[in-house]
Amino acid sequence: MTDIRQKDAVSRFRPRVRPGRILMWTLLLIGGVIMITPLLFMFSTSLKPASQVYDLRLIPQDPTFSNYVKVLTSTGFGRWFFNSLLVATIVTCSNVFFDSLVGYTLAKFRFRGRRFIFIAILSTLMIPTEMLVIPWYLMSANLGWLDSYWGIMFPGMMTGFGTFLMRQFFEGVPDDFMEAARIDGMNEFVIWWKIAMPLVAPALSALAIFTFLGNWTAFFWPLIVTTSSELYTLPVGLSSFAVEAAIQWEMIMTGAALATIPTLLVFLIFQRYIVRGVMLAGVKG
Amino acid sequence: MASIALEKLVKRYDKVEAVHGIDLEIADGEFVVFVGPSGCGKSTTLRMIAGLEEITGGTLRIGDAVVNERAPKARNIAMVFQNYAIYPHLTVRQNIGFGLYTAKLSKDEKNARIDDTARILGLTDYLERRPAALSGGQRQRVAIGRAMVRNPSAFLFDEPLSNLDAQLRAQMRIEIKKLHQELKTTTVYVTHDQIEAMTMADRIVVMKDGNILQTGTPVDLYENPADVFTARFIGSPSMNMLPALALAGQSAVPSDDVLVGIRPHDLLAVVDGAVPEGAIVTLEGVVEAVEPLGPETMVHLNVAGASLIATSPGTLSPAVGSRITCTVQPGKLYLFDAATEKSLGRK
Repeated sequence: MTDIRQKDAVSRFRPRVRPGRILMWTLLLIGGVIMITPLLFMFSTSLKPASQVYDLRLIPQDPTFSNYVKVLTSTGFGRWFFNSLLVATIVTCSNVFFDSLVGYTLAKFRFRGRRFIFIAILSTLMIPTEMLVIPWYLMSANLGWLDSYWGIMFPGMMTGFGTFLMRQFFEGVPDDFMEAARIDGMNEFVIWWKIAMPLVAPALSALAIFTFLGNWTAFFWPLIVTTSSELYTLPVGLSSFAVEAAIQWEMIMTGAALATIPTLLVFLIFQRYIVRGVMLAGVKG
Repeated sequence: MASIALEKLVKRYDKVEAVHGIDLEIADGEFVVFVGPSGCGKSTTLRMIAGLEEITGGTLRIGDAVVNERAPKARNIAMVFQNYAIYPHLTVRQNIGFGLYTAKLSKDEKNARIDDTARILGLTDYLERRPAALSGGQRQRVAIGRAMVRNPSAFLFDEPLSNLDAQLRAQMRIEIKKLHQELKTTTVYVTHDQIEAMTMADRIVVMKDGNILQTGTPVDLYENPADVFTARFIGSPSMNMLPALALAGQSAVPSDDVLVGIRPHDLLAVVDGAVPEGAIVTLEGVVEAVEPLGPETMVHLNVAGASLIATSPGTLSPAVGSRITCTVQPGKLYLFDAATEKSLGRK
């Protein structure tokens, strides 16, 4: 009797394999393979000598680190890496500061035209970058910003997306916090900095991560605005390995592999915030 | 400490007038409670005193100074909010210390003030904790601590106990009252809970639709309500109110067009069929529900179509559906003009 009961209990609690779950895992697996294969080929190619680049075997026949040595010593890779880091860091700091300042103002202050300004900022999200490149270029040319750090950075110093994200999140911060601080004698800037900002830390980190990654991988605008190799960012610098006469795939892949390391680190360390950031941007309304 | 004077104070939002020119003098050290239903203007008035809402018209004085145009920080008042408004990213010490943000004190002096405040409020053991690790009552005490630490001219409380459970609310009521007795700081307290108002106030201000209906001590308001609204709002359960016509035949009740109010605690169920001597009103009704409270039982009655609440001794719990008799002693009938709803006195 006891045995039968135990058997029943075991069968009752055996996890059921649902068809939907199998389908989900299969799709995820396919998606994962599609995404990871180019990365594997990138690392694989970076370990191959130039003569074996078109040999599509995943495991290199004669693995070598000579490409890495060459990229790090005989190209402008170090400079490009620095440029990318500088640009991505400054633009990220700028976004975190200005987007949150504007988002806070739109969320917490009542003034004439507030709604109009918010809609105007929001509408910039609907304009594709390709449409903006020519006005940006003309503006840079007129102001003498071509081929300069400022030229690379200025279009991204503040974004509609960042302002929208921060505004949505500040909306959720109870007004009582600010009012209590006002009564305690703080001025508006200190209230924003010391009270409101820490309360929206998850949104800030999401914004910082998105902005940093976006600028780290930015190619189109830096390619257009820069002409001298000292100002190239990493993606632009790597593209210089592909010239009309020959495409140095092993060099491109090596540079790309090196450039991926910070991105991977950011993803691995901050993946929790990235997921939260995606949810914030998509769900909060 | 300071007195607070409201003179013809008006608050208008576009075309909607939320507070209609109210006058009130709050004495130095007094504990005044604003009470009224949602939307009556009590919180708006408090926020005008705090400086969080612009004053549309009239004059606000704190002490001798007119403060209409002064920023909140320049009014030297402290406020405790309904949802505590303590900062989750700061420790209890930092939260309380925030009240001293602009104070020109040395770090040691600030710490001493924080420690003193924490000791008074029983928060010494929690100073290094964050709000997430505190109970609701402790959080509320931190909020009070942040207000106290500055030694302000006046405390403003905006429904501070609304988020607490009934037991904790009762405990915090006493704590705030004790604190006031100790500090003797002028206090303005807003609540929609008449029990809070009755138990804590030196003086209650009853508000409705942006007007002050009546001010007075809790006993004053309970015994001599100026109108039907105050009569029903103050006292729990609410005063029974019925037209004189419903009491036709009772010699004590005038036949004019009046409303008759009887407090549930004055409408007493007859025990063992013996009507007490001197009763001026005797009513008979069908029991619809009973609420045994221990020392007494609240009996819900239907008297000729009107719903009334009466009181019977805790030992007597009449059966639902049975008929019982209730009586009212002299002086316990409250009469109101049916048209204006103003008090006509007691009988």
